Amino acid sequence: MISQLRSAILLAVGAILLFGLAYPLAGTGVSQLLFPHQANGSLTPRGSTLVGQPWTGPQWFHGRPDPDNPLRLDGAPGASGGTNLGPRSQQLVAAVRAGAAKLRGMGVQPTADLVTTSGSGIDPDITPQDALAQVAMVSRSTGISESRLRRLIRTMTVGPELGFLGPSYVDVLQLNSALARIR
Amino acid sequence: MQFALTLLLLAAVLALSWRFLGSYLEAVYSGRVRWLSGAERVAYRLLGVDPGREQRWREYAVSLALFSGASLLFTYALLRLQGQLPLNPQHLGAVSPLLSWNTAVSFLTNTNWQNYAGETTMSYLSQMAALTVQQFTSAAVGMAVAISLVRGFSRAGASTIGNFWVDTVRGCLYVLLPIAFVTGAVFVAQGAVQTLAGPVLIHDALNGATQLIPRGPVGFMESIKQLGTNGGGFFNANGADPLENPTQLTNLLSVALLLCIPVALTYTFGKMVGSRRQGLALLAAMGLIFAVWTGFTGYAESQPNPAVAAAGVVAQPQGNMEGKEVRFGVLDSTLYDVASTQTSTGSVDSTPDSYTPMGGFGLLTGMMLGEITPGGAGSGLYTLLLFAIVAVFIGGLMVGRTPEYLGKKIQAREVKLASLGVLVMPVAVLVITGIATALPAGRAGAFNSGPHGFTEILYALTSQGNNNGSAFAGLNGNTAFYNLAGGIDMLVGRFGVMLPVLALAGALAGKQAVPVSLGTFRTDNATFVVLLLGVILIVGGLTFFPALSLGPLLEQLSHGRFF
Repeated sequence: MISQLRSAILLAVGAILLFGLAYPLAGTGVSQLLFPHQANGSLTPRGSTLVGQPWTGPQWFHGRPDPDNPLRLDGAPGASGGTNLGPRSQQLVAAVRAGAAKLRGMGVQPTADLVTTSGSGIDPDITPQDALAQVAMVSRSTGISESRLRRLIRTMTVGPELGFLGPSYVDVLQLNSALARIR
Repeated sequence: MQFALTLLLLAAVLALSWRFLGSYLEAVYSGRVRWLSGAERVAYRLLGVDPGREQRWREYAVSLALFSGASLLFTYALLRLQGQLPLNPQHLGAVSPLLSWNTAVSFLTNTNWQNYAGETTMSYLSQMAALTVQQFTSAAVGMAVAISLVRGFSRAGASTIGNFWVDTVRGCLYVLLPIAFVTGAVFVAQGAVQTLAGPVLIHDALNGATQLIPRGPVGFMESIKQLGTNGGGFFNANGADPLENPTQLTNLLSVALLLCIPVALTYTFGKMVGSRRQGLALLAAMGLIFAVWTGFTGYAESQPNPAVAAAGVVAQPQGNMEGKEVRFGVLDSTLYDVASTQTSTGSVDSTPDSYTPMGGFGLLTGMMLGEITPGGAGSGLYTLLLFAIVAVFIGGLMVGRTPEYLGKKIQAREVKLASLGVLVMPVAVLVITGIATALPAGRAGAFNSGPHGFTEILYALTSQGNNNGSAFAGLNGNTAFYNLAGGIDMLVGRFGVMLPVLALAGALAGKQAVPVSLGTFRTDNATFVVLLLGVILIVGGLTFFPALSLGPLLEQLSHGRFF
């Protein structure tokens, strides 16, 4: 029993050293060496391409509402996550109505994707359909022709990976960065 | 059509892992794999263990209990002390005592239920040395118990069932470590974060937004989180967070990782008992339920979200996208959540709380069947073998003959142990759910109103009782009541099943094999698979139907009502 207890404590400590320190540290070393851009958060001067941002005004393409975008809070980090509103939640009904009304006021007819929130609360992407729905609004506001914006969306559309691993989508930060370059 | 190709690719990967990982596992646990034998020898010398000496089941269980106790203590201590320890760039303070208890139990039991948000609660050291460690060892312990039960079947007249220390070390070194390391690098290459540098503050001049982007050693935790069917993510949003599960490729890789060991173990089982068909029969039962649930849940989520439809202002071309990521869409999101609820993983890439009533039903019932389709790393196989014993017992009653399974007579002791192992989980889940709904402290946790609120409570305790860790995350679980009750639920769900399994392993190993005769009830054909499915579905259905009717079923039928 005593020798078993000794083995138990030693295995627990050994596991902490090997799997709790050596493994993640070696992994960090390999990652920083081989994939430094990804390992550090896919950062650009304007933010991470993997983290959605709030966009307001008709001159930008808007992302999903994720209204309480937790990473937006100035200085204090929040936690990522969805709203957790259930499928028969009155709050969700109201939120969808408000989101759609706001976009319609700007001349955009969204699909559900653009007025519902994501699982992460920081979804960086929208569907090509929802990007195209915003072309008229952005064109009116920026003076860039609709056909040019449509071409831009086409070139910025990615996926599905391997040709079949899911839907195709547009990264909103990259799309707006490209838009800024045109202007 | 695209999704069919995704499923085809997944099936191909799993078929390969069934065949090759399965036979590799058999070689590992029988000691024929030696490429890390140097490290292995050092480990045994340090532990003071003689790898050649096997243990009887009681000694095996004592070793397991002592190791679990030590792990629990160290994890708890690290969480409590994190404020004083290094690798804490956000200067996070100690985790509260009750939350530390719940979290330590959660990772020890392979549950990974999380009553906290990782990026605002846990230091990097806690994520690595308290949590990632347990993702390795708890999976290795589960696999060790499964292998020792299979040894019980494959041995005759033996008094021992293996050596706990050897089984655990081998599982970690030869199986989990290499696969997790290689796939961890893939996660990072695709965009998962892996750094010790703290959060980074970025100001976007285009829209005036300032973001503090959390970072940490994420990618290499992600791989073992899935491979070990653990499910506890670095960030609060788990696999939905793009910094943790960045692309469609990592999404499918996650699903493949969490399924590969439970699936492969059925091959290992077949090889060890000398008949691959026996393993194939178990795999067929697992696969059939998994396929039906994937289809059912995928269909449910492809329907419009009732609340969004009620708003009446937008079309829902994909189905229910509330709580789902655009890059995954509805079907791939659902596949991930179904696979993780049916493997005791519990990671999510979309919010179960926002699933349609029947989609949530699919996830919840996947856990209620006992995590056997294909279940957790090790725990899936040993729990399914308990059901198989109950099935041959019922088959034996029908034909009036002493039942046998794999050449072993199944007698009163074996049937009692198997029944105990099968019933421990439903009893724990239903009793604690009953208590939770009776107490104001339990009801206070629900976030949504109406039947959905009840489902949140039922889901939480089902998830913890099955060591899954998936959540209807609206529930506020970080309260004294849920931290305590959940901890008990998880311990009972883990060790209340493991102990009968080890006792069973000991009892079976000691028996002589009976020769197969014409009257032997065959357990490697379609009849047995159907019987086994019947037992699984009837046990799950009878125990949980009343509770389900108050939750998702009521919600589905409450046409036109919103809460």
